[in-house]
Amino acid sequence: MPRELWKGNEAIAESAVRAGLGAYFGYPITPQTEILEYLSRRMPELGRAFVQAESELGAINMVYGAACTGARVMSSSSSPGVSLMMEGLSYIAGTEIPAVLVNVMRGGPGLGNIAPAQSDYNQAVRGGGHGDYPRIVLAPASVQEAIDLMALSFDLAEKYRMIAMMILDGSVGQMMEPAEMPALQEPHRREFDWATNGAMNRERRILSSIYLDPHDEEKTNLRLLKNWKNVQANEVRYKEYFLDDAKYVIVGFGTAGRVALSAVREARALGIKVGLLRPITVSPFPYEALDQLTGQVEAFLVTEMNMGQMLDDVLLTVRGRVPVEFYGRPGGVVPFHDEILDEIHRLASGPLAVSTDPRDSWLARMYSNLKVTAQ
Amino acid sequence: MQKEIIIAGFGGQGVLFGGQVLAYAAMDNGLDVTWIPSYGPEMRGGTANCTVVIADHEIGSPLVKNPPLAIALNLPSFDKYEETLAPGGTLIVNQSMVDRAPKRTDIHVIMVPCNEIAEEIGDRKLLNMVAVGALLTALPEIKVEDVEKALEGHLPARHKHLLPKNYEALKRGFEQAQREWDKVPAEFSEQ
Amino acid sequence: MTTENLVYERPEAFTEMPTHYCPGCTHGVAHRLVAEVLDEMGIVDKTIGVAPVGCAVFAYNYFATDFVEAPHGRAPAMATGVKRVLPDRVVFTYQGDGDLASIGMGEIVHAAARGENITVIFINNANYGMTGGQMAPTTLPGMKTSSSQSGRDVETQGYPIKVSEMLSTLEGVGYCVRRSLHDPKNIRLAKKAIRAAFETQVRGLGFSMVELLSTCPTNWGITPVNSLKFVEEHMVPAYPLGDYKVSDAVKQIKI
Repeated sequence: MPRELWKGNEAIAESAVRAGLGAYFGYPITPQTEILEYLSRRMPELGRAFVQAESELGAINMVYGAACTGARVMSSSSSPGVSLMMEGLSYIAGTEIPAVLVNVMRGGPGLGNIAPAQSDYNQAVRGGGHGDYPRIVLAPASVQEAIDLMALSFDLAEKYRMIAMMILDGSVGQMMEPAEMPALQEPHRREFDWATNGAMNRERRILSSIYLDPHDEEKTNLRLLKNWKNVQANEVRYKEYFLDDAKYVIVGFGTAGRVALSAVREARALGIKVGLLRPITVSPFPYEALDQLTGQVEAFLVTEMNMGQMLDDVLLTVRGRVPVEFYGRPGGVVPFHDEILDEIHRLASGPLAVSTDPRDSWLARMYSNLKVTAQ
Repeated sequence: MQKEIIIAGFGGQGVLFGGQVLAYAAMDNGLDVTWIPSYGPEMRGGTANCTVVIADHEIGSPLVKNPPLAIALNLPSFDKYEETLAPGGTLIVNQSMVDRAPKRTDIHVIMVPCNEIAEEIGDRKLLNMVAVGALLTALPEIKVEDVEKALEGHLPARHKHLLPKNYEALKRGFEQAQREWDKVPAEFSEQ
Repeated sequence: MTTENLVYERPEAFTEMPTHYCPGCTHGVAHRLVAEVLDEMGIVDKTIGVAPVGCAVFAYNYFATDFVEAPHGRAPAMATGVKRVLPDRVVFTYQGDGDLASIGMGEIVHAAARGENITVIFINNANYGMTGGQMAPTTLPGMKTSSSQSGRDVETQGYPIKVSEMLSTLEGVGYCVRRSLHDPKNIRLAKKAIRAAFETQVRGLGFSMVELLSTCPTNWGITPVNSLKFVEEHMVPAYPLGDYKVSDAVKQIKI
């Protein structure tokens, strides 16, 4: 396939179609509506299912129903809409069936704005829906990566019978980049031994997230964790830049990661030995890669478009062995690489201390940079 | 090599498409490229802009604070990008829509009457192509022919009949900008 | 035993599992009517049921079909998902009044408006059964429940929602009727309606729903016999039985 210029959201939609998407259910919300619009045209054209639902609650429960049949199925939304879907995600997790959800994140909390943000990291990675369940979360930083990870989301969701979420900020959704599409696959409904598609010539099946006996629910929880351990062992993905001789390492995912890459290049040109670790799977998080770097580097800088959410995963890994600094732009602001370059200079000019919460000094710097005062 | 370009103007001036044409041309030349619009309520009636980054390596940030290259199709964009352009950079200004001279002396401001040229060609909508043509005088990585090929290759079939006028707009913009560059003292036009 | 003497036989659409319903509750009757219809139409192996949250949460234990269990109120959305992927299967939801008419009102209205080819069995017993008899959207004015202890005060707690009347206004609905389970005659009529609803679905004639007025002796705090009388004397007048919408195409169905 030749390279074509694709807009992130449309590329995600087409990539899902090519991965054999059988049904899409969604609800309009900026900045992901192009996914819904694209599929409203493309899915019927291919004889596949598309429904614009009455709400995100409706959409995720349609996903839930369709996923029970073993079809490749997805929804997409943006932050406030994903909050509404959390109920359904918990049920899907409890039922142990595969489903894929894309969150094109925007500034929050509340109605917030429609600008690019990464503030749903915790919701995606740690929580959101009720109950104790792990989920796979992929964070593309480019249109090509979004295409590739879309297909991977379906494979991983089916392999591990769990939710695979793709989180990207609005700028990846709106950006155009040259990218290559995979070949078109028919919607494949594999003969899963759990799918409820009519009990023809077999025992009937029930799909449910209810385990009334707490001991059964406990066993289910443990099974989810055991399954998750396999995911952690086999599915960690990240990208390394200039790490071989790095004294300082930036950790950033998605757009915050690629903006940091520009800063790293400029710092390298100035002779500063800085590298970048960009997690692609933020869940499972690349703890091991980060742990190995901890023995090699003098300090880490975590960059995010939020108030420090992945930062906690880095702190958990580094455990006070070297200083970890933080630079974030929350609320829908995308950092310019100059800002991160300034942070690199700050790191390189030292001295740095191991801080239990690097947000404290970052917050103080933000207040002084923005010339605003704490209320 | 990496070059960043911002194109800004009113909605309806073809800001986004102007950027896309550059992105296509860069892609066809085998370069990496990003195109990112400002999106949201400001798209409706107000000013719109897009940022195009062209590089021969994996592009990091798709946004830039101080671009070396920009096109300002209206006065608010002229005001904004004259201020933020990187020193030594080039700003193509749609002279038809501004009523003042440049203030900064550490950047190149190339005034091109895009509306008038487009009207002479017979389609005012082509003002974005006039401006893109003008920009190419400061972007040696992409030639006028590259943009022509990009238009031919990526313009929807229903618009193909417009190609000759698009080519003319590009050429006229390029030539007009060339004439403006010729007025710049040689020691100052070094880029 | 000769067939003349056979007075009860378990429908094939039923499993062996005894139900958990309270004595005198008409859920069992409603279940049986659905099971008989599935048997008679020969569609047990191509049917997928969607269970609600409410007393019928364990419906999946009693029917011999494939079953999925929906979040509270979301059964019509889940059924939409199943049916859109498997249009040649038969998909039904079985929902109570709290599930369908309160938390799930958005889902049911839009499934009906889209004309989803699904069948909905709607049990209206005027209260939340599973959680212990709280006021439901269908609770009658003045009726005492555990959350309207002096009787439903319409000034502060509003009026009952008449779901069949409301849904019958939607173009996407092929078949929408209300029946009652308080005596044998009405039970026979209810079964005919359930059959008609499933026939509507298999012919692709749009959304179908049968609302069934039902008893809840435990939470109403009266005997099973008095519960049946309550349905007849109080619920039927408030929720008139009848065909609220039978589309022309559905009228042509000959069973």
